[in-house]
Amino acid sequence: MTTNTALLPLPTTAARATTTAGAALALIGTFLAWTYTDTFPGDLTVTGYPGGLQVLTLISAALTLLFVLSGYSIKGLRWLTPGGTNSPTRLLAIGTLLTTAYTVIAVILTKDDNENLLGVVELEPGAWVSLVGALVAAVAALGLPNDQPVDDTATGAFSRFLGSLRAPAPARAKALPAWAEILIIAVAFGVALEVFTYGIDTEYAELFIGYVIAVAFGFTALTRAGLIARVTALTSKHRNVTLCAALVAAFCFPFTQQNEEYALIGANILIFATVALGLNVVVGLAGLLDLGYVAFLGVGAYAAALVSGSPLSPVGVQFPFWAAVLTGAAVSLVFGVVIGAPTLRLRGDYLAIVTLGFGEIFRLTVNALNGVSGPDLTNGSQGIPSIPDLKLLGFDFGLSHDVGGFTLGRSANYYLLMLLFTAVVVLVFRRSGESRIGRAWVAIREDETAATAMGINAFRLKLLAFALGATLAGLAGTVQAHVSYTVTPEQYQFAGSVPPNSVFLLAAVVLGGMGTLSGPLVGAALLYLIPAKLQFMQDYQLFLFGIALILLMRFRPEGLVADRRKQLEFHETGQLDVPPDTPLTDTAAGTTKAGA
Amino acid sequence: MTTMTKTDAPTGTTVLDASGVTMRFGGLTAVRGVDLTVNAGEIVGLIGPNGAGKTTFFNCLTGLYVPTEGKVSYKGTVLPPKPHLVTQAGIARTFQNIRLFANMTVLENVLVGRHTRTKEGLWSALLRLPGYKKAENASRERCMELLEFIGLADKADHLARNLPYGDQRKLEIARALASDPGLLLLDEPTAGMNPQETRVTEELIFAIRDQGIAILVIEHDMRFIFNLCDRVAVLVQGEKLVEGTAPVVQGDERVVAAYLGTPFEGAPGAEEAAEVEAAEATAAGTAKADTTTPTTTEEEDTR
Repeated sequence: MTTNTALLPLPTTAARATTTAGAALALIGTFLAWTYTDTFPGDLTVTGYPGGLQVLTLISAALTLLFVLSGYSIKGLRWLTPGGTNSPTRLLAIGTLLTTAYTVIAVILTKDDNENLLGVVELEPGAWVSLVGALVAAVAALGLPNDQPVDDTATGAFSRFLGSLRAPAPARAKALPAWAEILIIAVAFGVALEVFTYGIDTEYAELFIGYVIAVAFGFTALTRAGLIARVTALTSKHRNVTLCAALVAAFCFPFTQQNEEYALIGANILIFATVALGLNVVVGLAGLLDLGYVAFLGVGAYAAALVSGSPLSPVGVQFPFWAAVLTGAAVSLVFGVVIGAPTLRLRGDYLAIVTLGFGEIFRLTVNALNGVSGPDLTNGSQGIPSIPDLKLLGFDFGLSHDVGGFTLGRSANYYLLMLLFTAVVVLVFRRSGESRIGRAWVAIREDETAATAMGINAFRLKLLAFALGATLAGLAGTVQAHVSYTVTPEQYQFAGSVPPNSVFLLAAVVLGGMGTLSGPLVGAALLYLIPAKLQFMQDYQLFLFGIALILLMRFRPEGLVADRRKQLEFHETGQLDVPPDTPLTDTAAGTTKAGA
Repeated sequence: MTTMTKTDAPTGTTVLDASGVTMRFGGLTAVRGVDLTVNAGEIVGLIGPNGAGKTTFFNCLTGLYVPTEGKVSYKGTVLPPKPHLVTQAGIARTFQNIRLFANMTVLENVLVGRHTRTKEGLWSALLRLPGYKKAENASRERCMELLEFIGLADKADHLARNLPYGDQRKLEIARALASDPGLLLLDEPTAGMNPQETRVTEELIFAIRDQGIAILVIEHDMRFIFNLCDRVAVLVQGEKLVEGTAPVVQGDERVVAAYLGTPFEGAPGAEEAAEVEAAEATAAGTAKADTTTPTTTEEEDTR
């Protein structure tokens, strides 16, 4: 038995009208002043010009308005909601409410110069207007009917609420002309880049938290509306175009801002993402749980640092960069094979334990090779400092360069170099994953016994995956050594609050979506950004981060970017794979599920 | 017997020759000195009660286990004790409990089966060396042919896990065929199927045999196996009890005893049975077929 009734017993028309009015009110409120003082960061005092957190409420409310109007079947807005209509409205309204409420609370709890709380008196009417509007919209949105019938066995209020957020998958889109589809992809990437840079640009903690709230609800709403699925369908149709668009968007990043610090964040994200993608070969494709993967990044970085010509490098040679890159990759490859050959005979948990051990052995060994407790090879815990900047074909990466009116600083230079490496790794991942070798990896992941019975030399292929992953991490390591000036053993821990470390790498892969190309890239970007932006939380940083991970895995276990397989694995509904003319019967699906 | 129509495949040449295969797990001898040959163009059945060691014997043939004693040779060469090398040599198998790559598509599953017959390595894939595309296309074409043959071509893009049970069994056979085997080992291909599906599978196995592939099949469905096989070997408690054509095996008392047990002292004899039968016949003129004398395989058929 299923029911379609709304969470709150309101007439649909009334609920929709009230939501519209509430959202509009919240929107108008953002143009008024919210507070009297400028103690709270981000100019909320000006009437007619929203700033800081007001912008988030503004965008959130505007989106709510758009989606609720789409519910009226207004021509020209219907493309917004190929999937659910009311569920995204509900989500956006709640998101608006939370963002606004968070802002109001943050203002009230801000301390002025005399360590006194600002309190409620500091709020101007604009804040109340927006808050009341958002509240009205959110409550009324709960009165909109469900998009998808809910089991009426779900009696708890919370499970009924979750059920009301569900939405059907969108139907297959009509094919547009190719240029239009590519245009849509380009626009989507533009929006994504804009949202991303806004996140990096957030200058104070309150704004970042508001941003996270707004983006989390906004993204979920777009998913429920089916827009994400539509765009994903387009991107998988025009994959090369998508890759180029992503590359161009990433390439534009240092040109969109002149802030050296953000370019450094960008470069570090790319390093992290590249290593995560390398780990995805091992974990996502071949299904080998590697908990010591960061060691290979360390091997590459140390190899590059030793031959970089650093005055403190115990090996007093200076290789040209290309040779250093090859050295780093080759040494990582050798380490990968040496570590993999004995350990890959183990399966599952045992492999995880052994790789964890090897990861720690690397760090401890590097620590010990300091000339006191062992031969002097790595300067021990001192690490190898003052690694010189790269000079490629007369281009000094350490200096600022003017390119077409834009100034590219040191970090921007490295960012662009790292982007090249990322592109190479993306290519390697894609081509290997689609090939006969990639299929064999996935087969081993799915069922090793059956794979060997199909003539796959499981050990050799696992070793190949392990070695390839190690090589890719080593490649990234060679750049990392130069970006961070110094390599120390403490950079390559099993777990820590600063990525990349083994746990964060694995989290990036799982969170982003195992076995997908874009998943680890997105996951790495988020995992780098969130802790970096949460630094003001100090001791609670990892705690909050852990909560965020748990929430994500609870509500989206297949990862942010799910490939078709994972989508079907975790969600029984929406059998994307089954064409409408031959639907699976319930019993057949049940049997295969049980048999598989 | 419907199997007597021989094809043009060269018969008589020995494809598989297992001699004296013994498998011990610690103190337990699961398979004891089993000899078995399979000739080209032949369908050989392997039956036996549960726990008789059929699957263990299969695993010895395919390199999953290394036999404690004895040797297995394929077309005259002794098989290496590694599953992937056995497959490469030309023996493909299916599993008793379906072991598909559940999260891969139907076509991908079959493509994995092609693994040993293609050579494109990592470099070839990364650099897109000449020949890569060609080999990949050839593989896809061959696999689509196989799916066509097995009747799953229209479901090539489905995930294997979403297939109905019968189709999953078929896909497993297609995947095994993709490695161009000379001998196909089927481990209970009709387990859990209804009579119609069983008949379809039967047709399929004949069609495979007609392609010149020798087949060794484990099965519990006696009607199926006696219809299908040229020869049947019976394995009981790890030892081969009897081997021969269907009538020979069906008529063998030891086989009956192995499945149903020997009559105990004072068990109802023929006279009592006749009495009961007469009584029943008079009671209800219909229940004529039921006799207490154990016929060969009724018990198994009701599975």
